[in-house]
Amino acid sequence: MFTINPFAELSASIPIYAMQAYVVVMVLFVIGGTVLDMLHKKSAQYFFENAKKAEKSAMRTVSGGEKATLALSTLTSEVLTSSEFNNQKRRLSHLFTMYGFILFAAMTAVMIFAYPTPATPTPAIIPVLWHVGALMLCFGGYWFWLFIRVDVFSEGKKWYKLDRADLFIVSLLMTCTFALIWSFLQYAGVAGWSVLAFALFILASTVLFVGVYFSKFAHMFFKPAAAYQKKITKADGSRENLPEDYVLTDTDVQVQFPDIPEYMGTSPANMGLGIKRESPNHY
Amino acid sequence: MPTFVYMTRCDGCGQCVDICPSDIMHIDKTLRRAYNIEPNMCWECYSCVKACPHNAIDVRGYADFAPLGHSVRVDRNEEKGVIAWRIKFRNGKKTIDLLAPITTKPWGTCIPKLADEPAPGEEMRSSELLYKEPTYVRMDDDGLHTLESNGLTLKEGVYY
Repeated sequence: MFTINPFAELSASIPIYAMQAYVVVMVLFVIGGTVLDMLHKKSAQYFFENAKKAEKSAMRTVSGGEKATLALSTLTSEVLTSSEFNNQKRRLSHLFTMYGFILFAAMTAVMIFAYPTPATPTPAIIPVLWHVGALMLCFGGYWFWLFIRVDVFSEGKKWYKLDRADLFIVSLLMTCTFALIWSFLQYAGVAGWSVLAFALFILASTVLFVGVYFSKFAHMFFKPAAAYQKKITKADGSRENLPEDYVLTDTDVQVQFPDIPEYMGTSPANMGLGIKRESPNHY
Repeated sequence: MPTFVYMTRCDGCGQCVDICPSDIMHIDKTLRRAYNIEPNMCWECYSCVKACPHNAIDVRGYADFAPLGHSVRVDRNEEKGVIAWRIKFRNGKKTIDLLAPITTKPWGTCIPKLADEPAPGEEMRSSELLYKEPTYVRMDDDGLHTLESNGLTLKEGVYY
């Protein structure tokens, strides 16, 4: 099952150009949905206006080289390792889901465009990666949906209570779940059920990509922009109007705020994790 | 000064939902980001502002001291044991910085071990004094401490 290209098998009943056209149309839907989402929410406009506002409160100018370094660190840290998540379980689940989706989507495109029929034998590694991607996505996605999702974890809702915010995660999970079921049934030679699983796989993936405008799919485009802007505001000293990160042993700080040496001494101890000692799970 | 959430900063972790004593911080049904569902019911405890790991929650200052365009931001640092405030006026230039201790001893080191305390007797139960009251208000140390007994006087007016 893991080494078989399910799309090559499918080419016997569905024309190759139809499969390829479907992929192209879905990519166009993602681009169109993201652009419409940006126009509707005015997110790009917000970022540019916010950046201009932050520049006015800047303590120093950030050079072009420094900006490039910050962009690179945003890519290697926030984008590639999802470091923005404070909750390490969410970070891990997000990494599984993200890399699973990338593997799954990339391998789907490779199999459909490069090896669409049994006449062009697919290297075993491609379908293996496709299946591994789908499994990774299912692991991270179901972990998130059933246990980590804030609606379940903090709001105390049941896992099956769905809102519009779930459109993205549910359609994503259904896409990969039915893809795996379809691949298995095709391998097992269960003709009727395999067609049903394939139809549900296509339905879920169509909802996922056509629903970009209505779901939070577009977060993958504006989240890195927000992370980059946050780094810039730290570098230029504007800190989004947040207070300074004072060094309590600094004598200037102690002169400016005499309560610190009076109540805490001139070299205050590390007070420990405080509110972070215990993860919030009191619902 | 009710709280509000910067949606672009929020990652929907739910810490504010968990900590809000008024149960008015909830998760948006469209974007799964936190928001204050009823600002009128916010009693400005700032728990959510301080708990937010991304500093994504801000407060709207009252119009009399901070009109539109102002900013009131706070950063609570547990490990340093301090809370810092920065109030920025709407002209964008004048700012007020404040820094205050929130603890003088490491967190969790001074929690009374009530289970180890002896059970209160009948006399203690019928007394008007609260648990450890004589000790905590230092009544058993030469009586109630007052300005006079400490050689201090009350100054008139506002002074710093």
